[in-house]
Amino acid sequence: MTTIEAGIRTSTVPRIGENASRPDGVPKVTGDFAFSSDLHHDRMLWGSTLRSPHAAARILGIDVGPALAIDGVHAVLTHEDVQGRATYGLEHSDQPVLAADVVRYEGEPVALVAADHPDTARRALAAIHVDWEPTEPLVDPALAETAEPIHPDGNVIRRIHLRHGDQSAADQPDLVSVEGTYEVGMQDQAFLGPESGLAVPDDDGGVDLYVATQWLHVDRDQVAACLGLPDEKVRLTLAGVGGAFGAREDLSLHVHLCLLALRTGRPVKMSYGREESFHGHVHRHPARMWYRHHATSDGDLVRVEAHLLLDGGAYASSSGAVIANATCFAAGPYHVPSVEIEGVVVRTDNPPCGAMRGFGAVQTCFAHEAQMDRLADALGMDPVALRLRNALEPGDRLATGQVITGTLPVAEVLRACADHPSGAVGPDEPMARPGGAGRTADTEHVVRGEAVALGFKNLMFSEGFDDSSAARCVLHDGVATITCACAEVGQGFVTLVGQIAGEVLGVDEVILAPVETASIGSAGSTSASRQTWMSGGAVQLACVAVRRELLAGVAADHGVSADDLVLVDGRVISLPGDGSGDPDLSLDLSLEEVTVEPVEADVVHRHAPTSPLDTDAQGDAHVSFAVSAHRAIVDVDPDLGLVRVVELTTAQDVGRVLHPLQALGQLEGGAAQGVGLAVMEEVQVTNGHIRNASFTDYLIPTALDMPSLEVAALIEQPEPGAPFGAKGIGEPPCISSTAAVVGALRNATGLDLARVPVRPADIALAGQPEAEVS
Amino acid sequence: MTTTSPDGAFTLTVNGTLRPVVDAHPGESLLFVLRERLGLAGSKNACEEGECGSCTVRLDGETVCSCLVLAGAAAGRDVVTIEGLTMEAGVSAEPGLSPVQQAFLDAGAVQCGFCTPGLLMAIDALLDAESDPDDLTVREAISGNLCRCTGYGRILDAVDRAAAVRRAEVTP
Repeated sequence: MTTIEAGIRTSTVPRIGENASRPDGVPKVTGDFAFSSDLHHDRMLWGSTLRSPHAAARILGIDVGPALAIDGVHAVLTHEDVQGRATYGLEHSDQPVLAADVVRYEGEPVALVAADHPDTARRALAAIHVDWEPTEPLVDPALAETAEPIHPDGNVIRRIHLRHGDQSAADQPDLVSVEGTYEVGMQDQAFLGPESGLAVPDDDGGVDLYVATQWLHVDRDQVAACLGLPDEKVRLTLAGVGGAFGAREDLSLHVHLCLLALRTGRPVKMSYGREESFHGHVHRHPARMWYRHHATSDGDLVRVEAHLLLDGGAYASSSGAVIANATCFAAGPYHVPSVEIEGVVVRTDNPPCGAMRGFGAVQTCFAHEAQMDRLADALGMDPVALRLRNALEPGDRLATGQVITGTLPVAEVLRACADHPSGAVGPDEPMARPGGAGRTADTEHVVRGEAVALGFKNLMFSEGFDDSSAARCVLHDGVATITCACAEVGQGFVTLVGQIAGEVLGVDEVILAPVETASIGSAGSTSASRQTWMSGGAVQLACVAVRRELLAGVAADHGVSADDLVLVDGRVISLPGDGSGDPDLSLDLSLEEVTVEPVEADVVHRHAPTSPLDTDAQGDAHVSFAVSAHRAIVDVDPDLGLVRVVELTTAQDVGRVLHPLQALGQLEGGAAQGVGLAVMEEVQVTNGHIRNASFTDYLIPTALDMPSLEVAALIEQPEPGAPFGAKGIGEPPCISSTAAVVGALRNATGLDLARVPVRPADIALAGQPEAEVS
Repeated sequence: MTTTSPDGAFTLTVNGTLRPVVDAHPGESLLFVLRERLGLAGSKNACEEGECGSCTVRLDGETVCSCLVLAGAAAGRDVVTIEGLTMEAGVSAEPGLSPVQQAFLDAGAVQCGFCTPGLLMAIDALLDAESDPDDLTVREAISGNLCRCTGYGRILDAVDRAAAVRRAEVTP
């Protein structure tokens, strides 16, 4: 039995606010934890995927005969073998399970093979003959709106025109205005565990799929529809997830694996290599953003205008929600009376883009923080003072017209971060200079810069989405068993489950049942910084319901009032002075003895409802908000264009810390992804072709690239409505970090640096024609 | 000692145990054989191109990316995997865990855990070579191991903790 089927047990659980041990920690350090690529079945076959080598092409014919003739090949499938719905998608069902007559991006799946060995499968893929007619790909998002539609649904995936306040507010004299155009390159989530899974057919025409994902039930719904099977015949179980960061919200190999398993009647395993992974999941949207800020000479923001263009790539994925976030938070955590933002996300023949940590707010943060620095410069103001002067606070209105009713300590977060003492030392050690030992910068040429940035984002799903999570608690023989379909992707939800159950029930032993679709309803997605609130809240509700029922039962059995009973440290005791005055009625019972018969509760937890955005993108569309600040100190060798992030400091609005170490892990890990986007990470796409689909060429920060993260403060202002007052904390760390690093680079070099990632040539060859830079 | 036979079968020495390998394709990597033929899935397959370190094992004591080693080439050599690190057992609170494994748990260095086995092997080798490495030495030693979750902060803390425990073991 693997860690997948056994569930996860926590013993002697520490409570909320303490550093509980991860219940999956031991198997993860011994190598016993079963990730989705570790699964094995004695009778299994290996699945593999034929992908389009063209960004745009017509398929004139597919001949699978030569592949089927290879010894050891058990099945070769094309679009003709898809029995159910031909397409899938998170928001729009627009992406073919297997391409039929046309492909719209390089890497689009065209055919599938099941074979006795990965080598056999590879040879079979090479033997499939596809008669291609390449066409001219649409790769410039600026041309997408006017170009011929490349998909029946058209080239504009979503357009939002946000108008807030007096639209003529900037038509007055004596305003200071700054304008800029900013670009963000395509970032990859670069989780380490590749897309992988195992599909096992049953005797009834159904299938079990063990897979790494962020949202089992939405996967199940899409897989069942594409297989043409009722939902109950398709059972998904969460296999160990090697990171996600948004890239596992969409289907990848899910339907493919099930198709092969059902066709062959054998278990089928599939595991992407790294190159295939780069083609096999969505990326962070590249963005082009024009901004104009207007302020009084005293530094009060008057109006912000922006035009945001996001490249959605070939299929819609979650582009509609990403552009909504980018638009709603385009002005940052500032009070702006007049706002006009046009946000557009378009379809091209570039790789599809969708969810990645920060979800639209990363791109706009890079732009609005550059604008705030530029405005401070134009006003002759300190950039921190300018931000403080305009900082949003509870009771203010967002650009969407929504009034902030929860906590939002923008000024506190900014002050804590900006005022934190710096421990940065000079670049004396060769290894710690820009470029490291191998490309040692000359210390006399190294210049240093510093900057602070603020990031701002919603928590949980927005725009009226029916967001919920289901949980079950069974208390039996003193042990609490929790069932919830929340996907653990590394963030530590499995730890919180034990802490919450321990806190509410006073139990010392908590079992988290296997995470699967068959036994419980949806928990929603592990994304949008929502699971601590949504599924943590569901677990809390379920435990509270069990406690209530248990105490009511004990009260009835012993003829006392349930109001006089409490559950403390694994015992049911009656409160002193219970009113009866009869010492014989005082109770002290172990949980074990009162739960010989199990006590059980099923709950569905929802947050307060939200509204759609109206035609001006106004409305109470969001549940809650969080803000973070980063201060970066960087060293640059301007001649070589080499950069080193010397020090990174942060403060974050967290509501309440539930687990200090896990919170720190989120802040450190998120900051690393932000540093990556700032100075090295980009999926380089030329004419629709990914040039760097490997960890050799797509660089993510190593231990030598990341400075230690100084946490100036975790601002704890409990959020009304949130379980234990805790806000989600996963996304903010990668929102403001990029902007801070690039701000520091600007201050070090005096260059505009309006595009991330900042490449060596952007610094060393600044001012030279673009053609020589790229 | 003969470790390969004319039919291509060979024997690996993994974690001190002789493990015959039959029917392997000649092109199979050590990583593939460990994971798919010997049931030792602790070594990971994050990139299979020698860039991420998730497949790190010790081969005659040296850390290598097992994805870049042909399985047949490891015949007759001493292979230690993450499963072997566990069996070596230390003085940790958790039975069977080595100091570096225990330190990862205590420091909060484990998130998704996919990079963890490779990092543990790299750090164990580092601490075998240097009992008290400074910060830059540690950073360089693990710079071949990519982690996407942690930003390395808790991992660096775990190295310090493990080094201290190991020093205390040898100097009572």
